[in-house]
Amino acid sequence: MLDWLLAPLQYEFMVRGLLAAVMVGIVCAVLGTYVVLRGMAFFGDAVAHAVLPGLAVAYLIGGGPEGPLFWGGLVAGVGTAMGIGAISRGGHLKEDTAIGVIFAGMFALGVALISTTRNFTVDLTHFLFGNVLGVSAADLRLTAVFGALVLLLIVAFYKEFLVISFDPVLATILRLPTQFFRYLLLVMIAVTIVIALQTVGVALTVAMLVTPAAAASLLSRRLPVMMATAAAIGAFSGVAGLYLSYYVNVASGPAIVLVCTAIFLLAFLLAPSRGLIWHRAVR
Amino acid sequence: MRRSEPHERSAPVVRLSNVTVRYNSGESALEGVSFELAPGERVAVVGANGAGKSTLLKVIAGILPPATGTVDVYGHGAGGHICIGYVPQRSQVDWNFPVTVSEVVLMGRVARMGLFRHAGRRDWQIVHDSLAQVDMQGLAKRQIGELSGGQQQRVFIARALAQEAEVLLMDEPLTGLDVPSQEAIFAILDALRVRRMTVLVSTHDLHLAAERFDRLMLLKRRLLGFGTPAEVLTAGNLRLAYGTQMTVIEAPEGALAFGDTCCEGEEEGHNHA
Repeated sequence: MLDWLLAPLQYEFMVRGLLAAVMVGIVCAVLGTYVVLRGMAFFGDAVAHAVLPGLAVAYLIGGGPEGPLFWGGLVAGVGTAMGIGAISRGGHLKEDTAIGVIFAGMFALGVALISTTRNFTVDLTHFLFGNVLGVSAADLRLTAVFGALVLLLIVAFYKEFLVISFDPVLATILRLPTQFFRYLLLVMIAVTIVIALQTVGVALTVAMLVTPAAAASLLSRRLPVMMATAAAIGAFSGVAGLYLSYYVNVASGPAIVLVCTAIFLLAFLLAPSRGLIWHRAVR
Repeated sequence: MRRSEPHERSAPVVRLSNVTVRYNSGESALEGVSFELAPGERVAVVGANGAGKSTLLKVIAGILPPATGTVDVYGHGAGGHICIGYVPQRSQVDWNFPVTVSEVVLMGRVARMGLFRHAGRRDWQIVHDSLAQVDMQGLAKRQIGELSGGQQQRVFIARALAQEAEVLLMDEPLTGLDVPSQEAIFAILDALRVRRMTVLVSTHDLHLAAERFDRLMLLKRRLLGFGTPAEVLTAGNLRLAYGTQMTVIEAPEGALAFGDTCCEGEEEGHNHA
């Protein structure tokens, strides 16, 4: 058993991949509690997809996967998040309509840009579904720095985010700068998505944000507990997914997401007092 | 620490002068509303669905800006008064949210705690005292969705107390409660009256409005009447306020009104300008 666990660790890329998956799993899951509580899953998915043209431009300029992908993604992600925030704030379009328009348009632009390269399908696959085993030491550092920053902001503004999410009316009466915190949260989501991209890719990042937090919401009644539970689920999924990928030989990003999804389904069926089976048994 | 606007103690607690509020469509939600509230009085806001009851509370709370006219709280413009406690309609709250009763009450302290500070012993003491005043200290650790409707209302009153509110605005707090739960809330409001808390309650229950409040306010976008039940609930006013929702029969012993003026969820779908 120990050999089974240690065997993959002889490869440096596996160690880096595991570290990245654990960090991404934790940061996505903790921030994801707000995504779930505030009903922002569609927004998260949209920002993840809208990052693609930023990645593509960085890729084309940088001349390959060693280019400044992170920064290209960051610019596109934060820009999209602010753009959606501004359009839906105007009140003439519903938020999900604004998201739908921007998301599809940006994603199409990204695919179009990448289609101009020769390695079209390989490159696109990495962007879409992640390439956690290709994480470099520099990538790992960026992930650690920005992940820590997001967690720090969540702790520092804990009570403000809590009030704004639970009761925006009270937040307004108490003169909290609600718009500032709303935009800050959008930017934090965008940053988190960008650090998650290399692990699970554009198409699956939303799962890292939403699924562990959704499972945790079935298992906890207090926000700090929900955050800790989600973080544990996210980190475990990252590790278990990579081992699955190593031994069963499936793509790493989808393997991580499938572990998350399996945990969610277990919680959905078995959660004390909220799970499906509990309800059946009580009836 | 965030300072509230100064208070002029000689000024009315709340004063609206010719206030008009419009929806995004340009249609008015309130039109030319003027009145004053005195310290410690308990006022009911009544009117048909869509009459602007919730809008009126939000304008006073400073959440909605008036299109024209002025709103003053203790002589200074609305907004910036953390002395206003607001109890939202039950349908506006996410009861599955993972917070406990005492955490909801603690939210009332947020502005007084200040940035980057966590709740201290004094804050938790205030939370405890506020819950004791509404007789909810035994359920402090429950998740808010586990409470009954009346208990939920009491938690939000406790939050206003923790906020050190001097004006309490309550949006349909009595809707859907059984009589004992309603009585529990009135018992708390009686205790608050002793402390000179000014209370404005929107309700569709004309009977309770007439029996249990000092004055009542009849709205249909405009203020149709503001005074004692006998002054406000006249046959003519009720016809104006409720139209076909209510049948008013003028009998020799006075006017008889029949009708169901319910319900919760009033004005939810509208976008305010």
